[in-house]
Amino acid sequence: MGLTYISSVTASGSATLSFTSGIDATYNEYQFHFVNIHAATDSTYFGFQFNADGASGFDEAIISTAFKAEHNEADSATGFGYNGSQDQATTDGNGTYQHLTYDMEVANDEAYSGILTLYAPADTTFVKHFVANGNYIHHSGKYSQNFFTAGYINAEEAIDEISFKMDSGNIDAGTIHMYGVG
Amino acid sequence: MAKTLISTHTASADTSIDITSGITSAYKSYEFHFVNLHPANDGVGLRFQVNAAGGDKGFDESMISTMFVATLNEDGSSGAVAYNAADQAVGTDYPLLNFNTGNDDDQSCSGVLTLFGPSSTTYVKHYTYTGVTSAEDDKVHNHFIAGYINVAAAIDEISFKFSGGNIDTGVIKMFGVG
Repeated sequence: MGLTYISSVTASGSATLSFTSGIDATYNEYQFHFVNIHAATDSTYFGFQFNADGASGFDEAIISTAFKAEHNEADSATGFGYNGSQDQATTDGNGTYQHLTYDMEVANDEAYSGILTLYAPADTTFVKHFVANGNYIHHSGKYSQNFFTAGYINAEEAIDEISFKMDSGNIDAGTIHMYGVG
Repeated sequence: MAKTLISTHTASADTSIDITSGITSAYKSYEFHFVNLHPANDGVGLRFQVNAAGGDKGFDESMISTMFVATLNEDGSSGAVAYNAADQAVGTDYPLLNFNTGNDDDQSCSGVLTLFGPSSTTYVKHYTYTGVTSAEDDKVHNHFIAGYINVAAAIDEISFKFSGGNIDTGVIKMFGVG
C-alpha cells in the first residue's frame, strides 16, 4: 500500500462539500487534496470541520496554529508571520470552521490548492492531529499567500465525517480528493 | 510518483525504534510517518539519528538542522511563529523533531519526516519534517525542521527516540517514494 485513492467530491455552486463515509480505521492517515477550490464570493475564507462518530452539526472543538508567507505580484511587498485571527482555541467555542485560507480572491483564474492530513481519526484515546498547507491569491493586492495551519480536534471520540465550506457564499468550483495513507 | 509502504513499527515502551533494513537505492526518497507517538515521560522531544553504510553503527552521524515553530496555548493566548534555537549545529547528537510532547493520556505527536537520496555517495543527505504536537503545557506546536546529514556516504539505518524515557505507544510507517 501507499497512497490509496478513496473518493472525490466536486463543487458546483455548493454550500458545503462533505465526506460522510470512508473515514474509518482502515488507515492511520487520511489526506484531502484540494484542487482549484474557487469561491463564489470575494474576500472569503475556506475552512473545514468534523463530526465525531455518532455526532452531527460539524461542531467539534479545535485547537490550532496559523501562519502565512506572502509575496505580491508587483514584487513590492513580502510578509511572514503568525495569523492570530485564523487560529482556534478553547475561547472560540465549538463549531468554528478551521480556515485553510485568509481572504481569498475570486477572479476567474484564482483558486485554492493544497493538502490537509488527518492522523488516526478512528483512535479513541488521543486527540486527533491535523496538518495543512496550501496556496491561493489574497483578495487585496494580488498576493500569493502560502498558508499553514496545524492542530488537533480536542476530542477522544473517533472522527468519521468532515465538511468544507466558505465563510460566505458557495464553493463555486473545485475538487477534493480523499486518500488513505498506509 | 508513487508511495510504497515498506514497513510498520509499533512502539510498546521502547527505548528507541530503529529501522535497520529497507533504506536502499530502491527509492529516491523515504518518508517516515509518525502517528500518535506517546512518550512515557512528560515534556520530551522526538529525535532521530542515522547510520552510514559501513560505519560504526553508533547512530552518531554529523547533522545540522533549522527549526521554526508555530505555537498557541489552548486558551488562545501567545500565538506566534518564530525561529527556535532548539536546532542543531553541526554535531552528532540526535537532533530534535519537536519538543515538549505531553504524556497525558490523550497527548502525543504526529508528523512526517522525509529523507532525500539516502543512497547517494556524493551529496550530503537532506531531510525535512513537519508535524504537530499536543504539548505538556496544553499548547499546540507545529514544528518545521530541515537540515542535512553531513556525510557523503550512503545512509541505511535510522533511529527514533524521545529525549527522555521510552516511546510508550505509537506507530511509525516507512514509505518509499519514487
